[in-house]
Amino acid sequence: MLFLADFSVIRPEPGLLFWMTLIFLVFWFIMSKVAFKPIATALKKREEDIQEALDQAKKAREEMANLQSQNEALLKQAREERAKILKEATETKDSIINEAKNKAKEEATKVISSAKLEIDNQKNLAMAEVKSQAGLLAIQIAEKVLRKELSSNAEQVNYANNLVKEIKLN
Amino acid sequence: MVLRYNIFRLFLSFLLSISAITFLAAQEHGATPAPASNTEHHVVDSAGANHSTEMHADVDHNSAHAEGGHEEEPFSPGETALHHIADANSFHIFGDVYMPLPCFLYAPNFGWTIISSTSKFDAHHHGTGTKAIDGYVMEHGEVKRVNDESFPKGEVMIGEFSHVKDTTGGKEKVTSFIEYQGKTYQLDKKTTWDGGLMGGGTTSYYDFSITKNVFTLLLTFFFLIFILTKAAKAYATRPNQAPRGIQGFIEPIYIFIRDEVAKPMIGPKYEKYMPYLLSAFFFILGLNLIGQIPFFPGSANVTGNISITIVLAIITFIIVNLSGNKHYWEHTLWMPGVPSVLKILILTPVEILGIFLKPFTLLLRLFANITAGHIVIISFVSLIFIFGKAGESIGGSTVGAVISVPLTLFMLAIELLVAFLQAFIFTMLSASYIGAAIEEPHHH
Repeated sequence: MLFLADFSVIRPEPGLLFWMTLIFLVFWFIMSKVAFKPIATALKKREEDIQEALDQAKKAREEMANLQSQNEALLKQAREERAKILKEATETKDSIINEAKNKAKEEATKVISSAKLEIDNQKNLAMAEVKSQAGLLAIQIAEKVLRKELSSNAEQVNYANNLVKEIKLN
Repeated sequence: MVLRYNIFRLFLSFLLSISAITFLAAQEHGATPAPASNTEHHVVDSAGANHSTEMHADVDHNSAHAEGGHEEEPFSPGETALHHIADANSFHIFGDVYMPLPCFLYAPNFGWTIISSTSKFDAHHHGTGTKAIDGYVMEHGEVKRVNDESFPKGEVMIGEFSHVKDTTGGKEKVTSFIEYQGKTYQLDKKTTWDGGLMGGGTTSYYDFSITKNVFTLLLTFFFLIFILTKAAKAYATRPNQAPRGIQGFIEPIYIFIRDEVAKPMIGPKYEKYMPYLLSAFFFILGLNLIGQIPFFPGSANVTGNISITIVLAIITFIIVNLSGNKHYWEHTLWMPGVPSVLKILILTPVEILGIFLKPFTLLLRLFANITAGHIVIISFVSLIFIFGKAGESIGGSTVGAVISVPLTLFMLAIELLVAFLQAFIFTMLSASYIGAAIEEPHHH
């Protein structure tokens, strides 16, 4: 059992204690300054940035949703407006057409009535002329007939008598 | 399918590499000759070996016996494991190749001795030196000191190492000796602060060398500084972007420590303690993982050395008790609503004991877990040598390897989990002690 006495690792050695203390303290000091604090700061900053980015994304999403609903409302409104405008336009068109039709009808009636009037006038005029021509002709004919028939006295007297008779009848 | 194929390939290459190591080791051990053929390198060895065989007969009768060279000792997995988990003054790479490391040694009655490299000890075999420098020698990669004023200073050639095992009083203690110019000198091990309870104690010198463990500490230190600085720079150069590269490794750990450890355990004041928790976590994890690598520059059992865990636990202890608010101290020392007699006799002593027990369990848990893991893995690998009779039987080694590889693989997987788990537990418990110390009083 030579080795039992040689379990040297359980004996605290001044040399190792000294070197370990020195090396570890230096390591601790240097690493806190050079590595651990910068890493801590960097990680903290990154975590904050990530949180911020997430928050912003959430906010942006909410804004997007908001915008979308606004857009939808606008679109709906626009559609309604369009429908309204279309409806109005149709109405206007119909009214214009109707008006035009009525006007045309009226105009036509006017034209027709004035034409009728003209025609009546012309007819009357023409009738008057015809009447006067016919009168003239009748007078001429009657003159000629009278001349021929009233060539004798008897017949003249007879005729005069007839005329007198007719007057009396009236 | 691809995944299964890859796992199969991984397993196969692992098996092959283990087998290769086995045969290399077998050759090395097989080549270790009988004393007669060893004359070239170790003239003194063979003499010592004879001496040892002589003395060996007395082992069972006497409380003390001397041993010669280590080559004759039968393969002992326990000793191998303990040798591997121990700290050393030079870093074993393979065979007789060691990475030399500098030594800073202090003997109160002599002063400082600085040896620029352990290669100065001129070790040929098993990391045992053939030279003494200012009375310091190296045995098995470990520096020891001749505690004798008459021993010459400066570099001198030394003779054979020998050992005396003292089993008096049920405690076994092995003392090393060297021979120099016909005289035998006793060697001191470095000072350890266990008060003699664990077989150490204050000796004639202190060892502040860059040992294998200190080397691994420095390696981990620079590696962690490199990757953490790189990650931190990436945050500066690419702010507010998804993590990339090394950030992808650091960031989940950072966030885990922050959100699962610091915030729930400490509460709103957690930020102040984050650098310590992270330093402890990354340092322990780094050391654990580097210790898992079975070859150089890994394999050092750093977090399995109590000195390391003591430092970490003491720092946690200091932070906890410096952070402790009025509420904490009141509840520790003079718990309100409990009769004074109970407080004086039971509660306050127990609570004061608890202040010290908490970091003690912290240091013991990490130390024991990592050391146990290393020992178990080395024991499983040792199966190869046990079956192969330390290299004599290639067939036995093969059988050993077939049994050992799946077991070792399994243990390595468990140890990988343990490496993370223990780093996490240390951090978690430190955070919970800090949290208890700074907790604001609730109004029930």
